[in-house]
Amino acid sequence: MLTDLDRLWVYLASQPLLALLATLLAFLLATRINRWLGGTPLVHPVILAIALLIGFLLLADIDYVTYFEGAQFIHFLLGPATVALAIPLFDHRERIRRRLMPILAACLTGIVTAVASTLGIAMLLGASRESLLSLAPRSVTSPIAMGVAEQLGGIPALAAGLVLLTGSIGCALAPWIFRALRIEEPDVRGFAMGLAAHGFGTAHSFAQYGALAGAFSGLAMGLTGLLTAFVLPLVARLLGL
Amino acid sequence: MPIVVGMSVLLGFQLLGELLARGLTMPVPGPVIGMALLLGGLLVLGRVPEGLRCTGEGLLRHLTLLFVPAGVGMMVHFELIRADLWPLLITLVASTAITLAVTAKVMSRLSRREGEGR
Repeated sequence: MLTDLDRLWVYLASQPLLALLATLLAFLLATRINRWLGGTPLVHPVILAIALLIGFLLLADIDYVTYFEGAQFIHFLLGPATVALAIPLFDHRERIRRRLMPILAACLTGIVTAVASTLGIAMLLGASRESLLSLAPRSVTSPIAMGVAEQLGGIPALAAGLVLLTGSIGCALAPWIFRALRIEEPDVRGFAMGLAAHGFGTAHSFAQYGALAGAFSGLAMGLTGLLTAFVLPLVARLLGL
Repeated sequence: MPIVVGMSVLLGFQLLGELLARGLTMPVPGPVIGMALLLGGLLVLGRVPEGLRCTGEGLLRHLTLLFVPAGVGMMVHFELIRADLWPLLITLVASTAITLAVTAKVMSRLSRREGEGR
């Protein structure tokens, strides 16, 4: 009886079905838990889902390669999702055209600040080269950051994780920073959130600061991703990383 | 059928982007080039076709779910993360705070000046 169960488990664990289902269930459970906690930005559902899945895989003794064979079906959709970021950018084209200069200037300043402060602080603290290169694109939305990290010679999975952590840290820090600097305009708040905390920041802006903030946040996220993808490889090459 | 059309458009532009990235050995990810190309196409067309919008917005609505498989990949890099834990954490918190503050300040300053100039 036990051996039958064992055999069934071995069969299931090696099939894509289990990994796929586990990913969806972990995400649902994490979303529920976050809602029970009152939607706090301190425990982001994605971070929680990842922690749950890692725990499950370690307990069930399934390695990442096996898990990814199933989960790659979800992962694959990041490509078309990145392409789809063109849609919100297109929707905001009028807003962009009207305030092109402030938007571009703030976007470039923000990107330079993000990359320079990230690399500067991490270098000072003695992070390894792989960590540095995986950290560099961390304020950009994950699908782009992973592509950029791979191009740079960083580790895409680590980059993805750091991007996700950045997003949740950004949501947690934003209220304090906006209050300290007396930033009240919803469009400015949204823009800063989208630039510094990508998709998490955009979701947070929609929920906390309204539709205008959300739209500007989506705009900042798309623009930052696009500009960083083109600028960062050149900067890395210049720095000799 | 609209979802099939929308998905074909997105995958088609991604393929175009990948081809360009490989062909010109650009250090930019293929999907990003695909996004730029699609944006150009939409600007020429002047609107977002129905199928493309419902597929694209559906994907973007569930964007956070799509990160999960890659994020779980952190389990493979526990050693690296443990070795660099403090540098990584301090960098993330400090740099995110600085980026938020600088971006908000610059955007707020420039928007106000633009408003006064009108």
